[in-house]
Amino acid sequence: MADPVVINPITRLEGHGKITIFLDGKGEVSRAYFQVPELRGFENFLVGRQAEDAPQITSRICGVCPTAHHTAASKALDDLFKVDPPPAAKMIREMLYSVFMLEDHALHLFFLGGPDFVVGPTAPKAERNVLGVIQKAGLEIGKRVIAMRKELRGILTELGGKTIHPVFGLPGGVAKAVTPEMQTRFKETATRALEFAQFCEKLFEDVVLENPAYVKMIMSDAYTHRTHYMGLVDSQLHENFYDGQLRVVNPTGAEVARFPAQQYLDYIAEHSEPWTYVKFPFLKKIGWKGFVDGEDSGVYSVAPLARLNACSGMATPRASWLYEKYFETLGGKPVHHTLANHWARVIEIVYAAERLQELAHDPGIVDPDIRTLPTETPKEGIGVVEAPRGVLIHHYTSDERGVLTSANLIVATQHNAARIAMSVDKAARSMIHKGVVDDGILNQVEMAFRAYDPCHACATHSLPGHMPLLLQIHGPDGRVVREIRQDG
Amino acid sequence: MAGKPKVAFYWCASCGGCEEAVVDLAEGVLDVVAAVDIVFWPVALDFKVTDVEALPDGGITVSFINGAVRLSEQEDMVRLLRRKSKYVIAFGSCSHLGGIPGLANLWDRRSIFEWYYHKAPSVADGGSQEPRERVEVPEGTLELPAFWDVVKSLDQVIDVDYYLPGCPPTPKLIGNAVTALLKGELPPKGAVLAGTRALCHECPLNETKPEKLLIKELKRVHLTKVDPEKCLLAQGVLCLGPVTRGGCEALCVKGAMPCTGCFGPTDEVRDQGAKGISYLASILDFDDEADIRRAMEAVPDPVGTFYRYALPRSILMRSRGVKAHG
Repeated sequence: MADPVVINPITRLEGHGKITIFLDGKGEVSRAYFQVPELRGFENFLVGRQAEDAPQITSRICGVCPTAHHTAASKALDDLFKVDPPPAAKMIREMLYSVFMLEDHALHLFFLGGPDFVVGPTAPKAERNVLGVIQKAGLEIGKRVIAMRKELRGILTELGGKTIHPVFGLPGGVAKAVTPEMQTRFKETATRALEFAQFCEKLFEDVVLENPAYVKMIMSDAYTHRTHYMGLVDSQLHENFYDGQLRVVNPTGAEVARFPAQQYLDYIAEHSEPWTYVKFPFLKKIGWKGFVDGEDSGVYSVAPLARLNACSGMATPRASWLYEKYFETLGGKPVHHTLANHWARVIEIVYAAERLQELAHDPGIVDPDIRTLPTETPKEGIGVVEAPRGVLIHHYTSDERGVLTSANLIVATQHNAARIAMSVDKAARSMIHKGVVDDGILNQVEMAFRAYDPCHACATHSLPGHMPLLLQIHGPDGRVVREIRQDG
Repeated sequence: MAGKPKVAFYWCASCGGCEEAVVDLAEGVLDVVAAVDIVFWPVALDFKVTDVEALPDGGITVSFINGAVRLSEQEDMVRLLRRKSKYVIAFGSCSHLGGIPGLANLWDRRSIFEWYYHKAPSVADGGSQEPRERVEVPEGTLELPAFWDVVKSLDQVIDVDYYLPGCPPTPKLIGNAVTALLKGELPPKGAVLAGTRALCHECPLNETKPEKLLIKELKRVHLTKVDPEKCLLAQGVLCLGPVTRGGCEALCVKGAMPCTGCFGPTDEVRDQGAKGISYLASILDFDDEADIRRAMEAVPDPVGTFYRYALPRSILMRSRGVKAHG
């Protein structure tokens, strides 16, 4: 062992994701811990609020995925007041949801996860960002992505009042109807969105799938965990973002549970650890067996990889074709490779665009009947959607006036928390040997969790979606031998 | 060669929506990037705190700071940015007023832990261990930061020159603020860089608002089919437009929903919630207390209604019994 070197001694750790790696006497990793260091208490301060305000209050959990919280909350309110929105309202919600998923996934592809592949996993840090992507792929591509996002977010603004923290959701429907004139414009946007989705698909194919080194990296054991998977499916067992039943498959791909979100407490429980603020959900019927994978462990995961594993196919043509190709290329179903999340996300971009196309063309979407007014006395409601980062559950109880008396939220990154912790630990063990750690190695450890696109703003109802990170490496005597800090 | 103005962006306790709002400048981002020299922006660029520390005091032209302040690190960081910056702009409702996360000031750390790790229905039976600031694990010691009981607005921690209101601020207002800075056409210190009058003045429904508004009934929005062509208040739905600063272009109202006050009060108002309540009292057309009580049943949560974005900046600031420092 060399003398301990402390780089960037930092005593202030708040507001950062934190990876702590312990080395043994030989400089090998004995364990890496992934810690989430904050909590905001949204569940508490929802108590006493008017139920109808929940969609707007909970969207502030996360400015990156406000539409996911807004929609999950609206659906929880449907259930709380026992109202069924009219068909046009459901279509408008799902159309806005498809727009949101498409632009959020695209954001991840170009700004967050993509640079690792487009620029390279061990490229200099200064280039591993969206500017590096633009440099490599050309400014035209950058402009195209910006223009597409702007056009998509325009739909959200028009129907949702605001893009970030929209206001359309109400129990029993939406606030604003689609006019025939809007529909004409939305159809045009949907056509462009579909072209854009296929452009994303091609870019991913050229950059990642055509590169044997990347495919090998995706398939490598360092980035593989055989867990259970959970995702929302429709009555045909096709993947769905907006509605359906939660389906769980085990590591062999066999269905072990299928249930409506209202029954989530029969299937999901949360474990906590003293070293992190995030709670770890697990499959209740199997139990918490620690941070291990396999059929006998209650650890499960969500998000694009899990959604593709948990469904039996896609509901739209191009996405269906890609789904087949994906499993064929990656050695059959289910796929356990964490980095395959990126490809799965691209397939979902195509699905979102195709679904947007279907809804924008549906003659029923211009029906002015967009509200069913509540008449029942509210008591308890549960709503679920697939957020970009996975299953999102909102659960409220209220008094007879519709004032919330409790709130329980289980968010996407929480469902993934155990698998993310395991992925970071495994990647660290695979990459760090003889005490050698450099920026490229560190980034490959980070890639283990970046693939999940973790949103700690959501998970702890605390931090922004892109996470500043602190990495500490402790020698066998417990002293910090190295510290690396990344601000977001 | 004076060089380009140096700009820093920083976030405290925020949701990321303000960062997204900057990205929503869309192609305008490229113009901003060309006109200024961004010296610190954790979400997008790889500059370190040490880079900021190395700059001379006052070396940053302007720092845009979003999010409320809740942690010691955030306090340290905003003090550093204050020292290094000629101007500090509080960006967005959280930084301006405390924001929605400021509703946490109705609770304390203990009650948050109690629910989250023990009482929530999904917590596993007997699995209720709480996180601790120092934990011994087989491999060594792990540390976690403590968090505080109270959320503050930015100007409760440092001196603030200007405020960009909104949850989040609109791309147009962000663009205007940057332009004013570049041209050196700044209003007097302390100005809120948005409208100066109440939202009603720019609301497309304003012409349907009666000259003298008096209402006999308040309706909750989820129990009402609103006419999107008619002033919401005139329909009995509580809209905070009359007591909220304009500048957002009435986005929520254009979405057929009432204003909830995210731009904060106009200049002459000290306490946004108190102003909202007194306004409501002035338009409720009753003399009899029983009638007023009945009407007010439609506002079962005055705090979440009138102080939704501004509890930390209010005269009360927090619930009684919540400590100022946890």
